[in-house]
Amino acid sequence: MSVKKPVIKVTNVTKEFGKFTAVSDVSFSVAKGELFALLGPNGAGKSTTIKMLTTLLQPTSGSLELAGHNVVEDSDAARRSFGIVFQDPSLDSEMTAYENMELHAALYGVAKKGVAKRIQTLLTLVELWDRRKTQVKNFSGGMKRRLEIARGLLHYPHVLFLDEPTLGLDTQTRNLLWDYVKKLSHEEGMTVFFTTHYLEEAEAVADRIAIIDHGKLVALGTTKQLTTETKTKTLEQAYLALTGKTVRDEQVDSHENWRSIRRSRAMR
Amino acid sequence: MRVIYILWLRQIKRFFRAKSRIFGAIGQPLLFLVALGYGIGSIYAKAGQGNYLEFLVPGIMAQTVLFSAMFYGAMIMFDRQFGFLKETLVAPVSRLKIMLGGALGGATTAVIQGLLVLIISLALGFRPEHWALVPVAIAILSLLAIAIACFSSAIGSFVQDMQGFQAINQLLVFPLYFLSGALYPLDHVPTWLRIVAEFNPMSYAVDAMRDTLIGQTHFGLIKDLIVLFIVVIAMISFGAYRFRHIEA
Ligand SMILES: Nc1ncnc2c1ncn2[C@@H]1O[C@H](COP(=O)(O)OP(=O)(O)OP(=O)(O)O)[C@@H](O)[C@H]1O
Ligand SMILES: [Mg+2]
Repeated sequence: MSVKKPVIKVTNVTKEFGKFTAVSDVSFSVAKGELFALLGPNGAGKSTTIKMLTTLLQPTSGSLELAGHNVVEDSDAARRSFGIVFQDPSLDSEMTAYENMELHAALYGVAKKGVAKRIQTLLTLVELWDRRKTQVKNFSGGMKRRLEIARGLLHYPHVLFLDEPTLGLDTQTRNLLWDYVKKLSHEEGMTVFFTTHYLEEAEAVADRIAIIDHGKLVALGTTKQLTTETKTKTLEQAYLALTGKTVRDEQVDSHENWRSIRRSRAMR
Repeated sequence: MRVIYILWLRQIKRFFRAKSRIFGAIGQPLLFLVALGYGIGSIYAKAGQGNYLEFLVPGIMAQTVLFSAMFYGAMIMFDRQFGFLKETLVAPVSRLKIMLGGALGGATTAVIQGLLVLIISLALGFRPEHWALVPVAIAILSLLAIAIACFSSAIGSFVQDMQGFQAINQLLVFPLYFLSGALYPLDHVPTWLRIVAEFNPMSYAVDAMRDTLIGQTHFGLIKDLIVLFIVVIAMISFGAYRFRHIEA
């Protein structure tokens, strides 16, 4: 564990949806400035964990802390400390890219004085400055994603949550994104908590990796530690050794139930 | 204030960008006004009740505000479906402000539609009794709009689809409207209906509109305003309460 004071602290957190346990007694902490990846198969509980940390869901039990603030009891202070790019879309598609940014600045009370400059810098970074007056509904999937990333950074967050940020992005943009995120993390001490299904991405970016399966934390450490622990060579091998090779159904109560194994997304 | 303003502005912009919504919103009240105003007007006059169109206009204005402010709740539902709601829910702003900003925007667009109905009515020959009281009527219309928009925010925070919304409209909003005295005077209705109308907050909004626009009242303006204020406070609290407990 890191000696620095943790910025994210999750202690014995469980989340139940009715009878179904999506996250089960999970504990970990993330240090300031760390790049932390949460990996796991579909339906493992990654997004649920992020939603609890970002005040969108209440934990059934356990406690969550962000930048020293209890997420449930002191949610406003906790909210001030993070930025987030959700797995699902979260833009107002009737508004333009610029209007989406302006709205975010107002919601986060970013000082009016530097706002225009800041928006220009970020939109330029994600190469959307020329399209700032276009309604978001006319954007491609990748453009929307880039806009969401720029928006998440707008208010200088201490912690940035990225839930599958690179899904559907081309290689150029993915590299650009991670370079920038790493830079912010190193220069400004921003903590980054992300999920991804691209293991090579986690390997290249993350300082430490947590693996969650069926709501339970099954491993936590550097790539080196994980491969040593599982006696494997690559992160992908370690990951498969820890989580098995079957395709996940997101609503199966007992994971021994073979009859229900089917593609998780196709059924929706 | 900045948050309330920007969320208010968002609704206004969306309203003016969706031109079809503006025309759609005016079509229905116009139909009521013309079909009922001229269809029932002659019988109404024969019964010695005076000019029905005149009687109808304040009620139709209230109707317009009722239905369009109710529609605002569907916008919340769409915001949830298309994901934008999450963006506001994780922001470090009180949920009261989030709820109120959007609801005030929804209320403003509802009042704009109510005013369009007034303008059309003027073209059809409607004349308010005292022009000086028209601003008061608009203020009353605004109170009604705020109450309904907050109420529909609360509904929109938990209803999952358009069918659910239609059901609320059928079971709640239509009765609220038809049992309110918007279409007929409450002075001569059967006792049971009068009692129902007395428990219906919509009756008081319609009555206050009618008092200020054509000088006819059933309950008296003071009582109307007291009821309206109580309803506004109750609905703001209801909306804020629901928004505090949204999970997205
Ligand atoms: N609101 C909800 N109600 C009921 N069940 C839910 C709800 N949200 C999530 N779940 C369930 O909880 C489990 C974990 O979901 P979660 O979204 O956290 O998975 P994930 O690890 O992010 O998966 P993916 O990689 O597919 O995004 C799934 O089985 C999902 O169906
Ligand atoms: Mg997920």
